[in-house]
Amino acid sequence: MSHFLTTIGMCRFIHQQTKAEKANQPREAKLEKQKVLLLGDEAIAQGAIDAGVSGFYAYPGTPSTEIMEYAQRSREADELGIHRQWSANEKTAVEAALGMSYAGKRVIACMKHVGLNVAADAFVNSGITGANGGLIVVSADDPSMHSSQNEQDSRFFGNFSLIPVLEPSSQQEAYDMMAYGMDYSEKYRIPLLMRITTRLAHSRSGVVKNKRRDQNEVHMPEDGRQFVLLPSISRKRYKVLLETQNSFLDESENSPFNSYTDGADKSIGIIACGIGYNYYMENYPQGSPHPVIKIGQYPLPEKMIKKMAAECDSILVVEEGMPVVEEKLRGFMDAPLKIKGRLDGTLPRDGELNPNILRIAMGMDDLTGEKTPEIVKPRPPVLCPGCPHIDTYKALGEAVKDVYGDGHVFSDIGCYTLGAYPPYEIINSCVDMGASVTMAKGAADAGIFPSIAVIGDSTFTHSGMTGLLDAVIENTNMVLIILDNSTTAMTGGQKSHAYGRLHNICTGLGVAPEHVREVIPLPKNHNELVKIIKEEVEYPGVSVIIPTRECIQTIGKKK
Amino acid sequence: MKRDIILAGVGGQGILSIATVIGYVAVQEGLFLKQAEVHGMSQRGGDVQSNLRISSEPIFSDLVAAGKADLIISVEPMESIRYLPFLHRNGWLITSTTPYKNINDYPGEEELLNEIKKVKNHVAIPAEAIAKELGSARSSNIVMLGAASAYLDLPFEKLEDGLRAIFGRKGEKIVNANISAIRAGRDFAAKYLEN
Repeated sequence: MSHFLTTIGMCRFIHQQTKAEKANQPREAKLEKQKVLLLGDEAIAQGAIDAGVSGFYAYPGTPSTEIMEYAQRSREADELGIHRQWSANEKTAVEAALGMSYAGKRVIACMKHVGLNVAADAFVNSGITGANGGLIVVSADDPSMHSSQNEQDSRFFGNFSLIPVLEPSSQQEAYDMMAYGMDYSEKYRIPLLMRITTRLAHSRSGVVKNKRRDQNEVHMPEDGRQFVLLPSISRKRYKVLLETQNSFLDESENSPFNSYTDGADKSIGIIACGIGYNYYMENYPQGSPHPVIKIGQYPLPEKMIKKMAAECDSILVVEEGMPVVEEKLRGFMDAPLKIKGRLDGTLPRDGELNPNILRIAMGMDDLTGEKTPEIVKPRPPVLCPGCPHIDTYKALGEAVKDVYGDGHVFSDIGCYTLGAYPPYEIINSCVDMGASVTMAKGAADAGIFPSIAVIGDSTFTHSGMTGLLDAVIENTNMVLIILDNSTTAMTGGQKSHAYGRLHNICTGLGVAPEHVREVIPLPKNHNELVKIIKEEVEYPGVSVIIPTRECIQTIGKKK
Repeated sequence: MKRDIILAGVGGQGILSIATVIGYVAVQEGLFLKQAEVHGMSQRGGDVQSNLRISSEPIFSDLVAAGKADLIISVEPMESIRYLPFLHRNGWLITSTTPYKNINDYPGEEELLNEIKKVKNHVAIPAEAIAKELGSARSSNIVMLGAASAYLDLPFEKLEDGLRAIFGRKGEKIVNANISAIRAGRDFAAKYLEN
């Protein structure tokens, strides 16, 4: 059933608003606009197209992938000649976006939260260079780690870089914030960060579109040195950034995305950020009895918060992800009033929020239903039947684990990380994109033999190539296995930059051609694959084995 | 009008096709809708669920609150009861009885059915067998939709219109297969409750 789903999933539903909706939403009634059902990610993409962007740059990563995918299949974006190709990694994406901004065009760069770590050098320095054409970096956080190795909060990067942050609470806001953010970015010539979380990224709701704005013409920065971060210039640019903070604060106080709604019961005031607002309000269908500050834009609106602090006995901070706002309010010293949130245990310290958590925090009954019966067993994700990785892992088990024991295989981020689960239990690490290569190198340097790295094709071109160069320079005694399924499989089969290039990349980096071994991972080739692995383990230097067979999911989609 | 629905199954079973039809009708009816989906790692044969909320009033949360689901629609029996903490005490559990066994410790089918029958309001339907009997094994999810149709508070003929609109471009044969499937599901559920 899944393959026709993909086509259904792409249909967008358009309808004229009914009377009931018009009564509920006077603003929309006046505009007589069409509503389309969009994922949060898709709303961002459509919002960017309608805000007049000339380019999308991104590397796939759950839950951000669908932003670029929507742009890629948008006929409108195609007709407008908008750039929307994947980048090698998040850093190259942000840098290319910065280049497009330099040229005076509007642009967005999209990634998952840990991708922003990869792009951090470019992103943090873009605060100092500033922007020319509007620039928004979208980072999708994954609290509860549905598809990630941590639940870091991208708002820290906004703070750290002194860059304003937008955090939508709905698909409509995600759409509207693109045009708003681009205007903001051009007004102050500053990049913006938009932070979303999994539930908004992957939830669908009705969005009312606005008229599309034309793209900017190419125009260079007025100051030819704006982007030259030599220390003498950086010091000046940094002062500009610091001076502009007060303007950012004013923007936050007056933002349509930050609001103060008064309530009669001032025993507690609520500061609710992003979709945290929804989880709180879900428990008060008739309206909140307490004052509520809804936050959708940072820096935090200080005046609003001070007003709440003056009028309320305590404050509950509701934020999805880490206690970024709560820490800011609390500080080291005792605050003049009680501040509740994730740090004092009113809300859980980690994981996603939901309406029931807020219910309990507000002192209402827990409505959780019957317990899940004990006979229900966990059903973890698995490698698909027929997956090429299975054949490589079976051979690796025989050639390495059965001979040298456990502990020799460093792996990476992708479907093949599932090799940590039974029946394979073959990998010993998964840290960040590319870490397999360099961890295997470090372990080999320390004396571990054999030292094996296992990485996917797309992950290798994302961040594995430089590590391989390190190994080549020292002729480290290690084996790199590049699992080439010719796609970025885990995120749904995006084009891989490595496609057709792996052999030349490896020899180009200096691996001896006779130690770049290519093989087709199939059950019938099992003995050949075992033999190749054993031979290259024996070779005292850098070897690369490239088992190449296309992902069975992408083959299925082509049918 | 408000319906909070949890759709459950195993990654790859295509639970979103059910959501697509309900969502289409909800939007046509001028209702508000939020539908949280699962993408990424869990899609690889793991347990998956989707939260579908439709209402005549604006909706805040993308997630259904614990104990507030009006309906659990599951295309797999063990997955159906995984989400019991979300089911309202008067809510309905509508599940397929065809197990999807990709784990070693999958429970006994008898035992599983007993747990399902403990739920006050439930319909257990051999959706796959019914779809096969109709000659279109691929439409078992639409059989499930039919079994749930009485509890959606959406006009049945609108659901059929939705199937026509969504599958229309795939041709008359596919449309008719799905119409037969949704009717068979509805009729089975009605009979199930008589017994």
